[in-house]
Amino acid sequence: MSEKVKDLRGTRLSAADLESEDTITVRGRPNAKYAWSAGIAYTKYLEELKNGRIVGRRCRQCERVLVPPRMYCEQCFRATDEWVYVKGTGKINTYSISYLDADANRIKTPILVAVIDLDGAGPGIGILHKLGNVDIEKIHVGMPVQAVWKPTNERKASVTDILYFEPIEEE
Amino acid sequence: MNVKRRVAVIGAGITLFRRRLKETGKELSYLAANAALESAGMTLADIDCVVMGTAPDAFDGIHMKADNLLDGAGATRKPYSRVYVGGGTGVFSPIGGWWHVASGLFDTCLVVAEEKMSPCQPHPQTAFRTIWDPIITRPLNPNLVWIFALEMNRYMKTYNIPKEHIAMVAVKNKANALDHPSAQLAAKITVEDVLNSETMVWPVQRLDISPPSDGAAALVLASEDVARKYTDAPVWIDGVGWSLDSAYWTNRDLCFPQYVAEAAKMAYKMAKITDPPKEVDFAEPYDPFTYKELHHMEGLLLAKKGEAPRLTAEGVTQRDGDLPICPSGGLLGVGNPIAAAGLMKCCELFWQLRNEAGKRQVSGAETGVAQAWGDLMQVGTVTVFRR
Repeated sequence: MSEKVKDLRGTRLSAADLESEDTITVRGRPNAKYAWSAGIAYTKYLEELKNGRIVGRRCRQCERVLVPPRMYCEQCFRATDEWVYVKGTGKINTYSISYLDADANRIKTPILVAVIDLDGAGPGIGILHKLGNVDIEKIHVGMPVQAVWKPTNERKASVTDILYFEPIEEE
Repeated sequence: MNVKRRVAVIGAGITLFRRRLKETGKELSYLAANAALESAGMTLADIDCVVMGTAPDAFDGIHMKADNLLDGAGATRKPYSRVYVGGGTGVFSPIGGWWHVASGLFDTCLVVAEEKMSPCQPHPQTAFRTIWDPIITRPLNPNLVWIFALEMNRYMKTYNIPKEHIAMVAVKNKANALDHPSAQLAAKITVEDVLNSETMVWPVQRLDISPPSDGAAALVLASEDVARKYTDAPVWIDGVGWSLDSAYWTNRDLCFPQYVAEAAKMAYKMAKITDPPKEVDFAEPYDPFTYKELHHMEGLLLAKKGEAPRLTAEGVTQRDGDLPICPSGGLLGVGNPIAAAGLMKCCELFWQLRNEAGKRQVSGAETGVAQAWGDLMQVGTVTVFRR
């Protein structure tokens, strides 16, 4: 704000004002629904998750194995070359402990979130998932973890076919 | 880079930033646009074209809202466009205005940025449910704060940064905002207050986060010839830069925002800045979270990797320090109506470089840098202003 300007523009409403009778509000809720095709690369990814395996795509030019898989390498801008299975194990790249749900409501039992660098994928190639069966105090960057899968008959070809990643005993 | 002509900022305007404002988005756009025109000594008849910056439609709940806002931005029957790069939009909007004028196509451009986050009930966070890839990410039911907490932790771990140093950003910015008449969350707080505030998504605590806000801001841009007719004190847009990285944010190291560095290098090259820490007098990096100010100082090459926290602890970034950072009070103090918050930073450069910032004035400010960031931690937008 310039010191030359003296008029402050805008009219504050408190939360109570918004509910009061002398503030007119108009309410609505959009009701759009969507059905997304999973596409070429993700269809294979999800099918293989149902089989209890994690699959990526290798780009032979930059030698990265992309997880989640993509049919093209965005850096080399060429088609990726082949499907590669990576391990269901890896290391925690970074983690956070969430006391908020998806709508920013407070929750008592925290959700443990991590980026996991998967063994067999390229360096720095991680996926977002949750941690479970772990002592919060012991979580650390670099911690070795492994995927814990849903029972075969409960898998739905979804990233949630992996329940969470749990620590592997460090030797 | 072949820039045809120099572009000046000759007016700036802003509304209050608050959790809720009674005005509609159009009314807020009008208030800010009108203030900027008054500041430039212009009327709408003097404006050749209009660029609007406004971030996700989902906040207002009005699809393609720029077309709804157009009347308030003074854009009816004028060449009008919305530029959009998520949270980076606020600093991208004057870049959009700049290319309209620098190209020689227009002599004047009104740049307006608006955001109303309050309509989204019960909390604007709900709007972010649809930012995620529907196939691979949404089934995990993520909250956007998760990923910033992941980035913050990676940054802290990589450079062994104490949380106390990060907390100092909130203390500084909320105190700076005490001198900003539009500010929503100006306060005198301590490092202990930040460290003792509610944990939202560890390591992010309550006082590490900027608020949801309503607000608008505007700038008037003009070619050199036209600018000189209106003012003896034009502020020059001497550098602009922008760069975006992939939405696959888990496939890169989050400890350093390389895309911000690319945007900064583009802007510095244009402004002929070769040694940013020496040649930049103050900066307004994007600070929606405490750690982001530090991360962005490094991305802007104003500090070496991992060194911004130490500079903050040493007082270098205070308003009277060697490199004042967010003298406005930033998003943490003034508020965060997304696109309007980014443009607020450009307004601050203008007022500082015109020596109009009052109690917020940084002494001897000749060159200032503003920067914004957004989407899935993948957008960098940068402007360099000089007097």
